[in-house]
Amino acid sequence: MSAPVFQLSGVSKSYNSVPALASCNLTIPAQRTTVLIGESGSGKSTLLRMMLGLVRPDDGRVLFQGSQLSDDNILALRRRMGYGIQGGGLFPHLTAAENVCLMAKYLRWPRSKIDAQLSELVQLTQFPMEGLAHYPSELSGGQAQRVSLMRALMLGPEVILLDEPLGALDPVTRFELQSELKRVFNKVGKTVVMVTHDMGEAAFFGHRLVILRHGRILQEGTIEELINAPADPYITRFIQAQRSPLDALRAADP
Amino acid sequence: MKIAYLAVLTGWTTAYGAMRVEVGSKAFTESVILGELLTQTLVAAGVPTEHRRQLGGTKILWAALLNGEIDVYPEYTGTIAQELFSGAGLRGDEAIRQALAARGVKMTASLGFNNTYAIGMRAEVAERLGIVRISDLTSHPELKIGFSNEFTDRNDGWPLLRDRYQLPQRDVRGIDHDLAYRALESGAIQVMDLYSTDAEIRYYRLRVLEDDRHVFPEYNAVALYREDLGRRWPDAVAAISRLEGRIRPEEMIALNARVKLDRVQESRAASEFLSQKLGIHGAGTEETVVDRLWRNLREHLFLVTVSLIAAIAVALPLGVLCARFPRLGQVVLGAVGVIQTIPSLALLVFLIPLLGIGARPSIVALFLYSLLPIVGNTASGLRNIAIEVRESAEALGLPRGARLQLIELPMASPSILAGIKTSAVINVGTATLGALIGAGGFGQPILTGIRLNDVPLILQGAVPAAALALVVQGLFEVAERVLVPRGLRLRPSSQ
Repeated sequence: MSAPVFQLSGVSKSYNSVPALASCNLTIPAQRTTVLIGESGSGKSTLLRMMLGLVRPDDGRVLFQGSQLSDDNILALRRRMGYGIQGGGLFPHLTAAENVCLMAKYLRWPRSKIDAQLSELVQLTQFPMEGLAHYPSELSGGQAQRVSLMRALMLGPEVILLDEPLGALDPVTRFELQSELKRVFNKVGKTVVMVTHDMGEAAFFGHRLVILRHGRILQEGTIEELINAPADPYITRFIQAQRSPLDALRAADP
Repeated sequence: MKIAYLAVLTGWTTAYGAMRVEVGSKAFTESVILGELLTQTLVAAGVPTEHRRQLGGTKILWAALLNGEIDVYPEYTGTIAQELFSGAGLRGDEAIRQALAARGVKMTASLGFNNTYAIGMRAEVAERLGIVRISDLTSHPELKIGFSNEFTDRNDGWPLLRDRYQLPQRDVRGIDHDLAYRALESGAIQVMDLYSTDAEIRYYRLRVLEDDRHVFPEYNAVALYREDLGRRWPDAVAAISRLEGRIRPEEMIALNARVKLDRVQESRAASEFLSQKLGIHGAGTEETVVDRLWRNLREHLFLVTVSLIAAIAVALPLGVLCARFPRLGQVVLGAVGVIQTIPSLALLVFLIPLLGIGARPSIVALFLYSLLPIVGNTASGLRNIAIEVRESAEALGLPRGARLQLIELPMASPSILAGIKTSAVINVGTATLGALIGAGGFGQPILTGIRLNDVPLILQGAVPAAALALVVQGLFEVAERVLVPRGLRLRPSSQ
């Protein structure tokens, strides 16, 4: 087994003396999808943003590929990570293609290399070619999410960090994009860390699930482990807090 | 930094000023005519001379003379004794000369007439009420009085008059001298202050009340000039002296009437007088309307452009700092907000001791007024960028400078441009006040038009200034189309 991608040890964070994370230890293994799951305010987003250095821990340390995040190396390290966020976080004044290629252009990649990478990503995400010239305000939610994913993948990152990537989508688009996203993850074989509050989505994507509550990690493991050996009654409650439209059918059927 | 900047400006002034003689004049017709007489006499003597006309009141001219902004200006002995050296109790020309010498200033002999303050009423009203002397006013407390602001405030004006004559009138208001004639004509006021050489005395058929207690001191017209003038321009002092004793009171009234009633330009009235009286020919230059409009436009654009560019250069980085450090932002926005509340005329007067007269203090004032809209709009434009967009840029590994340049400033550009547009349009309007301190621009015909009650002349300044504001507004709308990224101009899709 290869070395872990992230190692967070004893990280804490408070906002105006309200604790958001309390002394968490977490290891993100390579080439697996780890899902951080919990209700709003559980600290899952803070944990993800800490891996990007967007949030600086009050205590503890964050290692990426063995290097501790610091002011000196953060820019270089971020370029080895891909980040996507709910709604896409696209730059509204740039076209889809400009959004995707911004960083490569900034790093002065040769034109041919940029074009090759872009067309590969368009194929991978099945983004319509003509949509590349469109501005974010002209894209549908699903298309914006694909652009966001392409942007995250452009530099060939070692890890993809996604914060509720499908959060703002309607259910059908979301359902379809979940399958596509999983297909892309399998194809590129990268380490993925994803934040979601949806247990179904977490079970669908995650090799490993990390459940957080009130800024603490309650348990981490496979979905089977969480179901069969919950460390806390809350975990069972959280897993079962799902409703299927089929429930209604079953209830009506004697 | 600021001090170095001022030092450079001051050095520039000194070097620039040495190339010619600067004549100043106050913002009333007789002073402008006298300034023109001095200028043309100097030019005729081969001294390169510039007339900086209608520069406001006594304090501004005196400060400008001491600063070396101007070299010569026409003044009155009464004003020197009562206003410039108030409290010193100067009596007689010799005492005045000594006081002036201590400040490095010299004075010519009288130019030939005494333009003292006087109190006037319409002849028929005075006749009806039986008023001949100022002391007769004590028995008519109901009379409404309109005095020029300067007369109301200065020590040798209304306060002295009221005390000596024990005048009972309570309805005393400040009013522009040239408007006071029309207020008198319409009956809004019955008593006003006059200058004894005013052209209007005859025109409006006024009675000048006898100063029976001899309150008003002598106001002999003289020229004040800097001691160093003779060293820098040996011919200049002799040229100025040629005017000593040459202008009789009735000639001054006629000159004033030529300009105010016959609508002849001061330069022409002065050159007519000089050729008839002193045999000096061809020194006066007359400007056509088109020439003047063109000059005013260039002056106006100069003021607006320089101040706006400087304001953008300072306010944009300030706005960025305000957005990044909200605490500092509150302080900065508070400070530029306070600047905005200073009345423009007051700000101009504050700036004169630092920067002298002319374009520089005007540009600095316009610069200061331009800061708030640009700083405010830059800061709010940056602050309104959604957090997920800002963090997406950060997460890409873009350094701070690149994020600002590639993401944040383009996204804030509609707001920033709107701020610059606001500043530019306000600037075009405010720049008209620059004429009060010799910066020229479209304010100059407005000021002269008000002084001469010449509505077409006022319009020659007001209409182009308004048109210029519209043009500036239009240019910015074009600029928005070019500068604001297309993606920000699209309507958000409803998809």
